[in-house]
Amino acid sequence: MHVVVCIKQVPDSSQIRVHPVTNTIMRQGVPAVINPHDLVALEEALRLKDRLNARVTVLSMGPKMAADALKKCIAYGADEAILITDSVFAGSDTLATSFALASTIRRIGQDHSVDMVFCGKQTIDGDTAQVGPGIARRLGFEQLTYVARIEKIDPAAREIVVHRRAEGGVQVLQSRLPCLITMIEGSNTLRFASMDDMFRAARYDVIEWNHKAAGIEAPERCGLKGSPTAVKKVFAPPQRSTKAEMIDATKATPCEAADTLLAKLFASHPALEKEMVR
Amino acid sequence: MSAKTSQTAPHGLEDWRGVWVNVELERGRVHPVSWELLGEGRKLADQLGVALSAVVIGADDSATDAACAEAAFYGADSVYVVRHPVLAHYRTDPYTKALTQLVGRYKPEILLLGATTLGRDLAGAVATTLATGLTADCTELRIDSETRSLAATRPTFGGSLLCTIHTLNCRPQMATVRPRVMAMPARDTQRTGQVIQETVALSEDDIATKILTFIPDAAAEEAQLAYADIVVAGGRGLGGPANFQHVKELARLLGGDYGGSRPVAQAGWIGLDRQIGQTGKTIRPKLYIAAGISGAVQHRVGVEGADVIVAINSDPNAPIFGFATYGIVGDAVRILPALTEALRARLPTRAEAI
Repeated sequence: MHVVVCIKQVPDSSQIRVHPVTNTIMRQGVPAVINPHDLVALEEALRLKDRLNARVTVLSMGPKMAADALKKCIAYGADEAILITDSVFAGSDTLATSFALASTIRRIGQDHSVDMVFCGKQTIDGDTAQVGPGIARRLGFEQLTYVARIEKIDPAAREIVVHRRAEGGVQVLQSRLPCLITMIEGSNTLRFASMDDMFRAARYDVIEWNHKAAGIEAPERCGLKGSPTAVKKVFAPPQRSTKAEMIDATKATPCEAADTLLAKLFASHPALEKEMVR
Repeated sequence: MSAKTSQTAPHGLEDWRGVWVNVELERGRVHPVSWELLGEGRKLADQLGVALSAVVIGADDSATDAACAEAAFYGADSVYVVRHPVLAHYRTDPYTKALTQLVGRYKPEILLLGATTLGRDLAGAVATTLATGLTADCTELRIDSETRSLAATRPTFGGSLLCTIHTLNCRPQMATVRPRVMAMPARDTQRTGQVIQETVALSEDDIATKILTFIPDAAAEEAQLAYADIVVAGGRGLGGPANFQHVKELARLLGGDYGGSRPVAQAGWIGLDRQIGQTGKTIRPKLYIAAGISGAVQHRVGVEGADVIVAINSDPNAPIFGFATYGIVGDAVRILPALTEALRARLPTRAEAI
């Protein structure tokens, strides 16, 4: 079994601030983290390593500093880490990104045939959830998104059973290998790095490939050129025009504050009171 | 890409005409986001002077018929329907095959899908197969009058910024929109649409993924949060999970639903399906009561469609007061129960009066 986990190094979006004048993202001092959803995917792959002695390769596309994120994955127990980094990848949208990653996975498969690809359900910077399906489609792998649990896997029979979150319930799906799985949060908890793996990570050199090494013969399908979508405008969300009508409860009892609120609320929105009575 | 490149769109784009909406039919039920999309699609089609069509992919049964009729009530001029036993439940492969073949046959310029687990799974596969642009989770769709292209606006970086995205040189232009982001259009039962039966060669033998069982969510778990008229939500300001009962109690009294901010969902005070905001659910209630929620931008994008927002927070400088309708500065743990009591005292009297 050979499992490839795709990860992305992202700015910690909870700490992002927007410049008040230029409306640009202020990245200074914002820590780069591994996309949290990808850690769920990594843990699931590592469990296959524990159970089935699967080989785990971690893959990322990004600037050279993304090697740090990959090294962390080695510390958690991944066997190999590959960073594809090249100026031709700059400006890739999800279609171009899935092209570059799928091409690289095909290249990786030449050395060790790939049975499964794991991704997080989406990234916290782009939030699109499109790259996973894109990779599956390009590789012709079965596409299993929003997976909460792998119930059964039989590498010899090339069979897998998963629980997939769907609209209004859970689908229990039986599928075949090779497949691509995107994992949802809450499915597992990432293990602690072992001392041995931490030492290994410290000594480990992340494999860096440019587009040629990654087996990409059509660089025009990567980056801005290979991206059908183009960002035309970036701007701060408009403010909801109303400023709250304030009720200061610090000088009143909670009951007084509640009464004041209801009086104001029902006076200006009588329909709401009828709604509640219904 | 500069605006100039848009003037020299590749030859052939003019062959693509019309706005399509994928109607999400699962286990006999249409997801309401489909009708919201038809409402939005109607505006785009009118602006372009083209037809609005719905695509219904489903089992060969009466639920599929009903979905076609409903699509017309909500504004579709025509409905393309693919019915086949293998389409009874959603699976990526046969649905992708059905949708991509239809798109290839009729060449719509815009294709919209709900940003649900089904819609996002399908949209990603379809856009890759068609090698076209796909913009996820849009909050606004417009037609750029100069280029006739779709200007799709979406939040990025967790909602801190919005960006407008165009797909200039590929068709169809694809976008997904989350439930409750667009308003529900009026349902007009006098409207009719032409229903066009389509055949796509499908066989169970060709589909590697099988559905063993479907475990429906228990009614209690099935959070109808996105469609509740009244929502009460709590945040970290409540201090701990035990205090969340005040949120649930008020929601229950008002016949509404409850939810929470990202930190409390992550901390396990509530289920992840009750998280409200950019990474959770978008809500559009008539009344939203936010207790102990500071109102970070990620939260704001999920709630600003509410008619009335009441915010309770002990910090007078909490960003939520910048976009709430009414703000109470005080401890939510004390004010929520007081509010519940005040409403309990008030509502029955009103009920008798009616």
